[in-house]
This record gives sequence, C-alpha cells and structure tokens, in this order.
Amino acid sequence: MIQAKNLSKTYNGTTVLKIDHLEIQQGESFGLVGNNGAGKTTFFSLLLDLIQPTTGEIVNNGFRVDHSESWKSLTASFLDESFLIGYLTPEEYFYFIGDLRGQNKADVDALLQKYEEFFNGEILNSKKYIRDFSKGNQKKVGIIATLIGNPKVIILDEPFANLDPTTQFRLKKIIKELADNPEITVLVSSHDLLHTVEVSNRIVALQKGEIVKDIQTSSETLEELERFFAV
Amino acid sequence: MFKKFLMLEWKAFFRSASFRTNLALKILMIFGAIYFTLIFLFMGIGAFYLIKEELHLDPLVTVNQFLIYYFLFDLIMRLFLQKIPVMNIRPLLTLPIKKSTIVNFALGKTVLSFFNFVHCFFFVPFSIVLIMEGYDIVGVILWHIGLMALVYVNNFLNILLNNKDYLFLIFIGLVLVLGTMQYYDLFDVTNYTSVFYQGLFDTRYIFLIPVFLLIALYAITFNFFKKNLHLDTGLSSKHSVAKTEQYTWLNQFGTIGTFLKNDIRLIKRNKRSKTTIFMSLLFLFYGLLFFASGIESYDNPMMHMFAGIFVTGGFLFTFGQFVPSWDSAYYPLMMTQNIPYKGYLSSKWWLIVIATAVSTVAASFYLYFGLEVYLVIVVGAIYNIGVNSHLVLLGGAYTKTPVDLGSSKGAFGDKKAFNVKTMLISLPKLLLPMIIYALGYYLINPTTGLALVALTGILGFALKNKVFNLIERVYKTEKYKTLEAYKQKA
Repeated sequence: MIQAKNLSKTYNGTTVLKIDHLEIQQGESFGLVGNNGAGKTTFFSLLLDLIQPTTGEIVNNGFRVDHSESWKSLTASFLDESFLIGYLTPEEYFYFIGDLRGQNKADVDALLQKYEEFFNGEILNSKKYIRDFSKGNQKKVGIIATLIGNPKVIILDEPFANLDPTTQFRLKKIIKELADNPEITVLVSSHDLLHTVEVSNRIVALQKGEIVKDIQTSSETLEELERFFAV
Repeated sequence: MFKKFLMLEWKAFFRSASFRTNLALKILMIFGAIYFTLIFLFMGIGAFYLIKEELHLDPLVTVNQFLIYYFLFDLIMRLFLQKIPVMNIRPLLTLPIKKSTIVNFALGKTVLSFFNFVHCFFFVPFSIVLIMEGYDIVGVILWHIGLMALVYVNNFLNILLNNKDYLFLIFIGLVLVLGTMQYYDLFDVTNYTSVFYQGLFDTRYIFLIPVFLLIALYAITFNFFKKNLHLDTGLSSKHSVAKTEQYTWLNQFGTIGTFLKNDIRLIKRNKRSKTTIFMSLLFLFYGLLFFASGIESYDNPMMHMFAGIFVTGGFLFTFGQFVPSWDSAYYPLMMTQNIPYKGYLSSKWWLIVIATAVSTVAASFYLYFGLEVYLVIVVGAIYNIGVNSHLVLLGGAYTKTPVDLGSSKGAFGDKKAFNVKTMLISLPKLLLPMIIYALGYYLINPTTGLALVALTGILGFALKNKVFNLIERVYKTEKYKTLEAYKQKA
C-alpha cells in the first residue's frame, strides 16, 4: 500500500529523516511514536508531498507521490491548523471538502450525523467561524473532515493533543473502528505511548530520523516502549 | 528594557522572509527607496517655486490654506491602512515588565511608523526653502514644530479610533462635503483653518496648541491602553457571529462554483480582502484626476489610457496580485486535496471579470466628460479582462507573500510582494495599452487607437487556456517553495 525506499531528508547538512525501507500494508493501523524532532511530521509531510525528499521515494497505492497526483483522492490527512479554512463555519468547511471529494451535501450530512457524539454539541450550528474555535474544537473539525469521501489512507498527526479526556476516549473508538475495516489504512503519530498502543496494531518508533523499533502490538508493547523511551 | 525591545524589533524586521531575498533585489529596493525620497524632496522644494512663480501667491499662505485637507486625508489614510501592533505585545504581558513600559513601547513603536516619516520628506525641504528665501527663521521652525505635532496628533487619534470602520466613511464624507461646499463657494472652511495654520508661523505661542494637544492625546492613549491591557478587553479580537451560507445557486457551475463560494466568503469575511473592494472604489474615481482636465500633464492620450486601465482595474490589481496568496493560510490543505487547478483559477478569474464589468457600468458617470472618455474606459476594461486578468494571475503565481487575512495592512502593494518576476510581468499591464493607443492615436486617428487596444484585449482573451496551463505549471513547479514561504506568517 505505502512503500518508502531509501528515503531521506536533509536540511543544511543535518539529516532529519532516514528510512531505508518501510512498507505499510493495506488495512494496517500504523502508529508512529518518537520524541520531538524524531521526524514524525517530516515523514507525514513527505508522504503528502508537502516537502521534497533529499533521496528516495514514497509510493502510495502504486503512485509515486512526487510524480503523480492520483493518490490525493485516496488519501485524507490532518496535520495541523493549516488544513483548516479559518473564515468558514464548520459546516461550510465540511461541504467544501465534500465537494472536492465528490460527496454531495446529503453524504456529508449523513457522515456528520454519525459523529455527532464526537462533536459533543460544540461544533455544528455554533454560529462561529473555525478561526474563533478553541484549538481542541478546531482539531475535532479537522479530524472528522478527513473521513469525508471514504478515503483509503487516513493520516493524522498528533490527533490526541489538545483534546479533552472524553474526546480522546471517543477518538480512540473512532480510530479503532476505522482500523477494523480492512480497506482503510490509518496512520497516526503521537507522543502518547498509551494512546498509540491502544489504537495501532503496528508501532514504529523513530529516533533522530531513524527507525529504532518496528513492532506488532501485543500486551508487552507498552512496557517495551516505555522502557525504550525512559532514558 | 527599551533596548531589549528594540533588539526584538530589529530581529523581527531583519529575520522576516522578505529580507532573505537575494542581493540584487535588495539593491533594487534601495534604489526604489532613494528614488521616492528624491521625488518627495523635489516636491517639497518645487512646491515653493511652483506656487510663487506660476501662481504668484505666497507659498506659505497657500500651503496653510490647504493644510486642513492635507491632515484630514492623512487621517483617512491612517484609519484605512495604519494598524497598531497590539497583538505583538501579548507575549510580554506575563513577563516581569511594568505595564507602563509595555504601553510606552507599543505606542513608541507607532511613532517610528512610515506614516509619520513620509511627511518629513515634504515639510523639511519646504521649510528649508522657506528659510533660504528669507522667511523668519524662528517662525518657520515653530510652524514646522506645530505641523509635526499635528502629524503625531493624527497618529494617536488613529490609535484611539482604530477598528471603527464607520469613522473612515464619516471622514471621507466630511472631506467630500467640505470640498463641494468650497468648490461652489457656499462655505469655505479654509478661511477659518488657515488662520490657525498661519498663526503657527506668525505668532510665538500658537504652536503650543498642537504641542499640548499632542501631549494630552498621548496621555489619554496611554491611560486607555494601560487600563485595557487584558486579553479580553484591549487586546481581544472581535468575534463576529457566523452564519452558514450555502450559495446553492452556485452549485450549477461545478468545480468553479465550489471555489467561487469560498472566494465570496473569503472576500466577505476577512478584513484584508474587504479592502480590495474599497480599493476598487478608490480606483474608480482615480480617473477624475485625468479626465476632469485638472492637471495639464495628465491631459494627453497616453495618460488617458493609463487612467482608463486603472478605473476598472482596481479589483483586478489588488485582488489578482495575491492569487494564490489569499489561500496561503491553508495552502497545505489545498495541496493535499485533489484540487482541479483549472476550476480554482477560473473561479478567481471570474471574480475579476465580474468586478471589472461592474466597475465599467459604475464608471458610466464618466459619460459626463464625453463619450470618448467613457470609450477609453470601456476599452481599458476589455484590455483588463482580456490581457491583464491573465498577467495578474501569472504574476501572482510568483508572489510568495503569505496574506494575513486578519489585518488590512499592506493592501497597497506590500513591499514583501516586490519581486522581479512579478514586476516584469506587471509592465505590459499598463505600458502596452498606453503605447498601442498612442501609436494608433498619432499615426492614424483616435478611433483606431481605441480599436487596436480593444483588439489586443480580445486576442488576449483567446489565449486564456494557454495562460491557465502555464500558471498551473508554475503552481506545480513552485509548489514546495510556495509551501515553505507560506509557512512564515506575514
């Protein structure tokens, strides 16, 4: 599904990411953990062709991301608030994304209804523009928008940060549901080991841009990761 | 403490993205600055001799007569463009710094604004000429001090009145009413105000009025801010009540409709983009300078075509210049969605076309100056739609200035948007129609001149698809650079 080969990214002589080989299977729920600067966001940005790799390539669903744009209709992502349009209301934003992904208003409405609990009554019909929302509520909008249009690959950078405990719990439920669907590949990055272990069936740990652990989640995974990061 | 603040400002200035452009550009910018400084200098010096030799009036008296309008205009421009940097002081609030220091710093920063310095370029040389021509030295100096105090009075007035959009309209209305009444000899406000301005020179004490006014205003502003230095009062940003607008009638236009909906909301809901509408209104009246035969050097065919382009091109220039920068805040989103570039561009293009068409109809009051004048404007509009709309979008593709939608600063061509490629693309926007028109006008006849420009416009129209493909390619090749540049907040 997603293959990275000889991938590296160098800024002014400092290598921030170096992945010789990484393959993510379809249906996998892929968790990326690591400290600040480990290269998590860099990897996602490369995967989304927002930055250019220094060497190597990433192939998403058979399309090399920096050569073709066909992967875009299969992939949905939310990295940060630059994926939101501040002067729109959440509804307008969802319909806009829906338009771009070939979903009509009814499709989008059905999806929004399904995730009403996640919004906790704070998003829809709130008479506010997205720019005036709190960080946590902005995040809710961004996360749900990635589910519009049945994407095959969903990429979420730090989805748990800024969310309140209840919403974190609900988000874990949503991600687990998505992970159960063999069609959908979910990629999640986080600082929070516990959350990641709970929602992912495969975890890769990055350190200084290199893969240091690649494990299938089991009951011992959390302990193993905690031991690794407790330095 | 102030030294540390100055260091911060220094770094903010020199570390901005615009400063990391290449050396050639910097040199060009310096030359540009010198050029404008010299022009103002010559205006200051020239004004004296022009009034004396040509109009046979006392230059000082004449200038004093019009100062009331000068300062009113200055205030309008400030209300429109000069923004106070309150947001930047937010991080300072929790640091162990006295509130009074923070307020003094924020206010002090506005003192150094370009809006205050620009007046010196005119008044300093003018005052020097006055002294050299034998006017009373003490009088000139006191006059000068008085005027500078008034400039700063405007500066602080603007801060106090900031963020009240309706005031802007009130002041414009005031100037229009006063101007009209003076023109028709109903009431001449300058008869009363010029006494005051002349008094600054004639007496030894009137200059104290503006100086005290300035001190009082500073105190008021200072207290106002000190009292309101909280996140939820003076430093809060206004939250407007949002209403979801569907514009379902636009659905019939497919992808163009999708983007048009967003572009309409973009213009409606953001301060910065709203100024483009104001600008198109201003440009609409700009032609009066040329067609009302007020200024002799403007009264020739080339300058007429120049004005013709501008009258309907206000929106085109101010909006088109920043495509795709208007979408800079969420450019990563656009780049990860399957964006049909054609639909995206067409939406912006249609907005430009509609605005140009509306301006053309609105400009029909130029018929008052004769059909030829209006025809020049219509032909200008055709050229704008056919050629300039493409050029401006092409130029925008190379402009990598993130647009801060929340502030109206920099609506008049930001210095950061200065870019050799953009400039080269800009040249034909004005020069080409002027030259074509002049050639036809002088070599054959005025009608041929108009026809030639219109024809060029129609020819340009035919190239639309070619240009859009070219722009699309630019967007793709410049993608990473653009993303990188937009990351830095304006």
